[in-house]
Amino acid sequence: MKKEILSAIKLTVVLIILLMVIYPIIVWGMAQFTSGSGNGQTITENGKMYYANIGQTFNDDKYFWSRPSAVDYNAAGSGGSNKAPSNKEHLQLVQARIDTFLIHNPDIKKSEIPVDLVTASGSGLDPHISVKAANVQVKRIAKIRGVAEGNLQKLIVSNTEKPLMGLFGPERINVLKLNIALDNFK
Amino acid sequence: MNTEILGIIAMFTITLLLAIPLGQYMAKVYAGERTLFDHVFNPLEKLFFKVSGINSKNEMTWKQHLVALLTINLLWFLMSMLILMNMSWLPLNPDNNPSQSADLAFNTTISFLVNCNLQHYSGETGISYLGQLWLMFLQFVTAGIGMAAAVVIFKAFKEKSTTQLGNFYDYFLKSCTRILLPISLVIAAILLIEGTPMTFNGKDTIVNMQGDTVQVSTGPVAAFVPIKHVGTNGGGFFGANGAHPLENPTYLTNMAEMFAQFIIPMAMVFAFGFFIRRKKFAWMIYSVMTVGFLMLAVPNIIMEMKGNPAISAMGIDNSLGAMEGKETRIGAAASGFWSIVTTVISTGSINSMHDSSMPLSGMNEMLAMMINSFYGGVGAGILNIFIFIILAVFISGLMVGRTPEFMGKKIEAREMKIAMIVALAHPFIILVGTALAAAFPSVGTAAISNPGFHGFSQMLYEYTSSAANNGSGFEGLGDNTPWWNISTGIVLLLGRFIPIIGPVAIAGLLAQKKFIPESAGTLKTDTATFGVMIFAVIAIVAALSFFPALALGPIAEYFSM
Repeated sequence: MKKEILSAIKLTVVLIILLMVIYPIIVWGMAQFTSGSGNGQTITENGKMYYANIGQTFNDDKYFWSRPSAVDYNAAGSGGSNKAPSNKEHLQLVQARIDTFLIHNPDIKKSEIPVDLVTASGSGLDPHISVKAANVQVKRIAKIRGVAEGNLQKLIVSNTEKPLMGLFGPERINVLKLNIALDNFK
Repeated sequence: MNTEILGIIAMFTITLLLAIPLGQYMAKVYAGERTLFDHVFNPLEKLFFKVSGINSKNEMTWKQHLVALLTINLLWFLMSMLILMNMSWLPLNPDNNPSQSADLAFNTTISFLVNCNLQHYSGETGISYLGQLWLMFLQFVTAGIGMAAAVVIFKAFKEKSTTQLGNFYDYFLKSCTRILLPISLVIAAILLIEGTPMTFNGKDTIVNMQGDTVQVSTGPVAAFVPIKHVGTNGGGFFGANGAHPLENPTYLTNMAEMFAQFIIPMAMVFAFGFFIRRKKFAWMIYSVMTVGFLMLAVPNIIMEMKGNPAISAMGIDNSLGAMEGKETRIGAAASGFWSIVTTVISTGSINSMHDSSMPLSGMNEMLAMMINSFYGGVGAGILNIFIFIILAVFISGLMVGRTPEFMGKKIEAREMKIAMIVALAHPFIILVGTALAAAFPSVGTAAISNPGFHGFSQMLYEYTSSAANNGSGFEGLGDNTPWWNISTGIVLLLGRFIPIIGPVAIAGLLAQKKFIPESAGTLKTDTATFGVMIFAVIAIVAALSFFPALALGPIAEYFSM
C-alpha cells in the first residue's frame, strides 16, 4: 500500500508537468501563429476594438438588431434563459418581444418575424442572426437612414456567411460586421 | 438536401470512418505492439516509470488494479480540495476570483474526479486559471482511468485462464500519452485557427458600438476545450459551455468538438474487437449501440427543428426551430443531435441549453443518461455495456436451458450478484436522490426555476446526470447550495466507482475460471439474435425503472402543452 501511495504521488507529479505545464505551453505556442495571437479574433473600427465572435447589444432603430440575450451581451458571464418551452412567463416574454418588434417595424406582418429574433440564445453572446432576421429589418432601417432597400439587401447578401464548404450548417450573418458595413455605407 | 441535416450526417460518418482505424491503433497500444509514434513515446514513458519507481511489466490481479486505481484517485481528491479552496491567493488569478467554499470544492472535485464535470460554478467567476488548468489535468487523467479499467476487461477475455491482467499504470499512462494527448493537440489547432483564445490575460473591457461598456472573459480556452471533449468530460471553460462563441466559434469547431467527444467511445468498441480478435462481436455491440443512439437522436433532431408549438401559435415564422437557448451558427438540427451525443456518451458538454429543449427531447436526453451505454463515456461505456451483456447471457442461457457462458467462461451466481448490484445501483441512486429532493421542498423545489412538471424534470435531470457521470444539466436549477453540492457529490461517487469496481471484479473472476472450448451447445454471442437480447435487457431495465419518473416530468409536460 505504501509503495502504491509513493508511486501515485511521483506519477502525478510527472503527469502534472506534462499535462498541466507542457501541453498548455505547446497550445499557447501554436496560438502565437494564429490571427489574434491567442487573444481571440478582433475587429478594429474607428479606433475601437471589438471581438468578432462576441455579440453586442443592438437595439437602436438605425442598426440591425441582435437576438435577445439573457446576460445583456456582457461577456463577463454567459448563459441562456433556461426557460422551459412550457413556461408561461417565458411565453409572455416572447409575445412581448413580438409586440415590441411590430411597434418598431410597422410595415412588417407578424408572420414574417423569424423565431431567432424573439428568443434568447444559449450563450447570451450569439454574434449572429439568421438571414431572414436581417431581411425583416430592412424596411425600418431604409426608412430611418434614407437608403434604398435594394442597397441594404445587397449589403446583407455580401455579409451572409455561407454554410461550411457550401454544404454543412446554417447560413447566418454576423450582426457586428453587418452594422459596421452599414455605418460605412455611403 | 438541407445543409443542417447534411452537417449532421457528415459528423456521424467521419467519426465512424475514423473510429475503426483508431480502434485498431488503441488495441495495438494496449497490447504493447509496435505503433507509429513509438520513438517519441517509448523513451517518455520509460522516463515517467523510472521516476515513479513503477515496473510497468509487473502484471496485476484485478484486486491490485483496483487498489492502484483507488489510491491515485484519493490522492487527486486531496490535492484538488487544496487547490480549489485556496485559488484566491495562488498564482494565475488575473480576475481575482474567489476560492471555492468547502461544499462547492467538494462537489467540483468529485465531479471532475469521476469524469463527470457537473459544474455548480461558472467558469468566468468561480475559478482561477490555475484552477482551470488543474481541472484540465483531471480531465486527462480521469479519462485515462476509465480507459485503463476497460482494458482490464479486454485483457480478461483475451487470455484463456489467468489471474494476471496487465499493469494498471501502463494502461493508464499510455491512454494519456498515446491517445488523449495527440488527439487533443489536433483539436486545439483547429480551435485556434477558428478563433478560440489561448491567453493568460484576464478579462478585457471594451466599449461596444452602441456605447455600452462590457467585459469579455477569456483565458487558456483552446487548451481546455479539446480534452474536455476527447476525454468525454464535458466541463465548460465558460458558464455557457459549448454554446459560448469563444469555446465554439464556428460550425467547423462544432463539428470538430462533436468528433472529439464521439471518437474514443466508438473506437473503444472496435479496440475491444481487435484486442480479443473477435471483430464480429465488436460489430454486434456497435450495432446495438448505434440503433439505440439513433432511436434517441433522430426524434430529437426532428422535434428541435419543428420548434415550440406554443411559439408557432403566436403566428410568427417558426421555421428555424426551437431557437430558445440555441445559437444561430449551430442551428436547431446540430443542437438536437449534440444533445443526444453528449448524453449517451457521458460528455455533458452542451451547445444549446437543455433546459429549453422540447419536453420529449429533454426526456430522450435523460433516457440516454439512464441507459448510459449507447457508446458511453471513454472506458465507462464498455464497462456499462459489459454488465448488460452479462445479464443478457444469463437470461438467454436460462431461456434455452443451457449453462450461461460468455467467451468460454461460465457465468455463475457470484458474477450475477455483482452484475445485478451494478445494474440496480444506477436507478436506485437517481430515483432516491430525486425523491429526497422532492420530499424536502426547502432544499429541493426551492432550487427549481421553472414551474410545474418541468420543475420536477430539473431535479430528475440533475441526479440522472450525476449518476451517469454526465455533467450536463437543466441549468436553471439553482444548484450551488450545500444540499445539492453534497447530495450530488455522493451520487457522483457511487455512480463512478460502482460501475468500475463491479465489472472489473466480474472480469477478474471470469478470467480465473477454466476455459471451456466452444461446442454446439454454446450460446453464440456475436449474432444479431444476441444483439436483440442485449437491447431487450437494456430496454427492460431502463423502461421499467425510470418510466414512472419520466411520466411525472417530461411526459406530463408534453401532454400539458
